[in-house]
Amino acid sequence: MDGEAPRAAVSWENGTLAPIDRLRLERADSPTPGLVEGTEPGAGQKSAMFVHAQSFEDLTSEAEEEARREADLDKSEGECSEELKLLVGEKTIEEQRNDNFSIEDRSKEEDVSSEAWRSHRKHVFVLSEAGKPIYTRYGTEEALSSTMGVMMALVSFVEAEKNIIRSIHADGCKVVFLTKSPLVLVGVSRTCQSDKELMRELQYIYYQIVSLLTLTQLNHIFQHKQNYDLRRLLAGSEYLTDNLLHRLDRDPGLLLSAVTCLPLASSARDVVSTSLQAAKAKNLVFSILVAGDRLVTLVRKKDQFLHHIDLHLVFNLVGSSSSFREGEGWTPICLPKFNTAGFFHAHISYLEPASELCLILVSTDREDFFNMSDCKQRFLERLNKRSAYQALKEALKCPSYSVAQVGIPELRHFLYKSKSSGLYTSPEFPFVYQSDEEQERLMGLYQDLHSRLHHPNRPLRSFYRCTATENLLAWVTSGFELYLCFSPLGTKALAVSAVTKLLKWIRKEEDRLFILSPLTY
Amino acid sequence: MEDNLPAVPGGAQRHSVTLTRPVQTLRVKMVLLGSSGVGKSSLALRFSKNELRSTSPTVGCAYLTSVVHLSDVTLRFEIWDTAGQEKYHSVTPLYYRGAHAALLVYDISKRETFIRAQLWLKELEKQYIPGSTVIWLVGNKCDLDQDRQVSVQDGLGLANERGLFFTETSALSGDQVNELLLAIAHRVYECIGVQQGGLSEWQEMPLVNVHHRHTFNPFASCCKVGP
Repeated sequence: MDGEAPRAAVSWENGTLAPIDRLRLERADSPTPGLVEGTEPGAGQKSAMFVHAQSFEDLTSEAEEEARREADLDKSEGECSEELKLLVGEKTIEEQRNDNFSIEDRSKEEDVSSEAWRSHRKHVFVLSEAGKPIYTRYGTEEALSSTMGVMMALVSFVEAEKNIIRSIHADGCKVVFLTKSPLVLVGVSRTCQSDKELMRELQYIYYQIVSLLTLTQLNHIFQHKQNYDLRRLLAGSEYLTDNLLHRLDRDPGLLLSAVTCLPLASSARDVVSTSLQAAKAKNLVFSILVAGDRLVTLVRKKDQFLHHIDLHLVFNLVGSSSSFREGEGWTPICLPKFNTAGFFHAHISYLEPASELCLILVSTDREDFFNMSDCKQRFLERLNKRSAYQALKEALKCPSYSVAQVGIPELRHFLYKSKSSGLYTSPEFPFVYQSDEEQERLMGLYQDLHSRLHHPNRPLRSFYRCTATENLLAWVTSGFELYLCFSPLGTKALAVSAVTKLLKWIRKEEDRLFILSPLTY
Repeated sequence: MEDNLPAVPGGAQRHSVTLTRPVQTLRVKMVLLGSSGVGKSSLALRFSKNELRSTSPTVGCAYLTSVVHLSDVTLRFEIWDTAGQEKYHSVTPLYYRGAHAALLVYDISKRETFIRAQLWLKELEKQYIPGSTVIWLVGNKCDLDQDRQVSVQDGLGLANERGLFFTETSALSGDQVNELLLAIAHRVYECIGVQQGGLSEWQEMPLVNVHHRHTFNPFASCCKVGP
């Protein structure tokens, strides 16, 4: 893709920008931004709002553990395991090709065999361990039952050898497998994303399904009836998975394992937060106010943390369904990172019918509807009384900011994530990235940078890449992750010098761009 | 289409906003049940705001209200618009338990939704306390007459056999929707409202007093001591 473009990885020590021993001191508006987790711009002052984790690693760690377990098994199997793996690899690729041929044969009767269907950039399939189709991103599941049967055969074949199939690379295509009993997820991608990134996306899809049904229910169903058709239970919710896949291609938050906030003066945000904090109830666990895909504030029960994946699932639910606009919604929802076994009950309603502001109140009691409805009324009442509602509505008019405000020449766009708060900030897309295709292309570039920094074997601290259309710099420290996109006129020196300037700017704006003092009830 | 509605006594009107009149306002819990995609949410939206919008499938349940003025009483319908999807069936009893009116909605152009409505009826009857719930069979999408798979006779037949009320509506055109709500209002008031402890009174709480509102339990409203 960019093979001819010069590419080099620069690396420098943290110490060149700030001596580490000084960073543990007070947060200060010193010209040297903190680089250690907890002192970086945007870091929460009181306590973390989300589950504290090295988010990306957290998301993939389960797969890693499985791999390690698998590796252990390999050792016990003896030396021949290497040969075995090679053999298995060859066989599976062959089978994959055979399958493609069989698809072509059927091309006249079914459109899943059409060229258009096959040339989609990314396919996602979900099947049960009995090989029954559960979900496909494109086409209908019925038409794909034999394809999914082959996928399951691959998984079982490798499993029978006490091994785990993770991916097949063939013909410009990556096929990634994620086995999460009782489900099997398969991604087929023509993008240049790494296996790890694709695995992460499959994990999201897995959690989406669990959030609708709970893992307990899933296990229960398949224990009783191995060849149960899960589509019955997922009917009418396929659009949630479709939308989540769309978000995975477009939303930097899912890539960074972070959420972004509505820029709002800290005084106004404090009023909103305290109003929400005051509207509490016995079984209320989380109160979340969002404006579109942006978090306005989040109040949680003491000692209860919300995981960013769960929050993204909530965002996906609210953003995908128009049904909450008519009246008040009340729905069971499983937050799989919190507890895969049970349902919470969420009261979801917009503050006004045409407003972007949506309030989500998460309770543990399924009969709590009227209590939650009452909490909402109390919140609104307080908000109006303290005239913060007007400030909030004003802030909604400019939900983002232009990169020009930062004042760095040739800088087009950036992503900055504060690791300790799990929040990120990013300016609006400049003119050159107005079209959907261009935005997805830019996201693709960020994904590439991200996967290089987080490479499972060779993680990098920083990475500079120059292509014909952009200059890109990515930098990760223990405190933050930063991805910068410059015009092709930018240089490496310019990019490196921009980092400090940008961090200073973010420090200056942090109380508007981030939630610095998350509240509990 | 035949007019299957019961006669409406004169003077009854329906407003979407509450007027300040010195009449009693009674709370009516109404639930909409039926398969996915038969138009429950569209009917609910018609009842509540007389609007029409294409909506995505309902997630869980939606709660809307609608006020109907009869000649000597005002009824405040608290409408529970349930999701038709199977995965939410385990929570649906929450909404039909203690309901004063239950609407079994099917799509006249889809036979299987009619069959599904009968299954819902069976489930309702398990919980049924005679005289406490007005059950109404509603054939929606009567604008799709050319694709009809369930005849008016089928609907009427089932309704007569099981002692239900029956109406065909179109949430799309609004045909028979207001009439239906009004007819339900009359029936509920006649059958339940006059009973001792049938319907509880609705107290309009000004926003200032809103803190004290969480004392009633909506899920047990049928068991409340009368006004």
